Amino acid sequence: MVFEKIAEMLAEKVDCDVSEIKGDTKFADLGIDSLDITELLMNIEDEFGIEVEMDTSLVDVNALVAKIEALTAEK
Amino acid sequence: MSFRILGTGMYVPEKIVTNDDLAQIVDTSDEWITKRVGVRSRRVCVHETASDLAVEAAKNALDNAGVRAEELDLILAATVSGETVSPSVSCMVQHALGISCPAFDINAACSAFLFLLETAAGFFARKTAKKILVVGAERMSRIVDWADRSTCVIFGDGAGAAVLGEGDGYLDSVMTVKGGDDVIKIPQFIGKSPFYEGEQESPYIHMQGQETFKYAVNAICDDIKTLLARNQLSVDDIKYIVPHQANKRIIDFASTKLKIPHEKFYINIENYGNTSSASVPIALDEVNRAGKLQRGDLVILTAFGGGLANASCLLKW
Repeated sequence: MVFEKIAEMLAEKVDCDVSEIKGDTKFADLGIDSLDITELLMNIEDEFGIEVEMDTSLVDVNALVAKIEALTAEK
Repeated sequence: MSFRILGTGMYVPEKIVTNDDLAQIVDTSDEWITKRVGVRSRRVCVHETASDLAVEAAKNALDNAGVRAEELDLILAATVSGETVSPSVSCMVQHALGISCPAFDINAACSAFLFLLETAAGFFARKTAKKILVVGAERMSRIVDWADRSTCVIFGDGAGAAVLGEGDGYLDSVMTVKGGDDVIKIPQFIGKSPFYEGEQESPYIHMQGQETFKYAVNAICDDIKTLLARNQLSVDDIKYIVPHQANKRIIDFASTKLKIPHEKFYINIENYGNTSSASVPIALDEVNRAGKLQRGDLVILTAFGGGLANASCLLKW
């Protein structure tokens, strides 16, 4: 559920087909920078009703999904 | 009684530094800076001080307002990059204009111009001033680390000013401070006290990019929503939103989140970079002199920055 939503948001962000977003897709490979990730995290905050600390260590989709799943589980 | 803006002015140093010029100094490129920040070139001082820039912007604002310097009852100025802590920029402007009115500076970093307007409004409300000059002036090139490619590409030098007179054009304002030094910090020279045991931090701008971005976008969105709701206005009632020119992507993302058309935001960061307290009055002067505003038009000014401090106001032109 979290993965599907994030994949959808990422695909919209980089203008690609959602099927191209995999768990091991690296943000750098999508050509997005730290401000793009910040925008994504802010949209995720709105979407999931959580607060996400900015994090430069997130390298791929799996890492982001794990972080959001942990935060939503705490809610 | 509050005030209305009688005239605006700006001044930037002659020297233009392009992104290609910067690529000769640090490991960067025109493509990276343009995509990441939205700046194509910035003005950089060779000889002028922040006060020199302030004086020229002030003279241009007085000319535009049709007001003589002798008519001023007060000068309010702001800088984070002035050459001297004392005298203040406002005192040097007073000196250069050859007048004797009171003058003092306010520190609210990039939001300072909005804090100057709010302070000026207090003098008008108490009827202790009929004409006030407000100036934001910065030589940011003095306080950026020219070896740090993440910050030196962002900033530029310049000054912007406005002359305020009695009126009812200052309709509403909002100011928010979330004090702390973990997101944006500009350390000073620590001094040479033989007793002090603190350590000197590098005396340049330190900025956490992602945190600054998030704070700035939320500040713009919250302030604009507050001003519109409190005054029962829709964005269609607003002619222009003049934001602090920190990073084009901050403005673009705020515009998307607010569902306000990009064209509503006046953007000139491509030519000047982030000029801190000077950026809002410089942008306002460009809007004014381009004849984009008619008497009675509603304008929102919005700014955010170190402090952390953000402030916005609703003006009737």
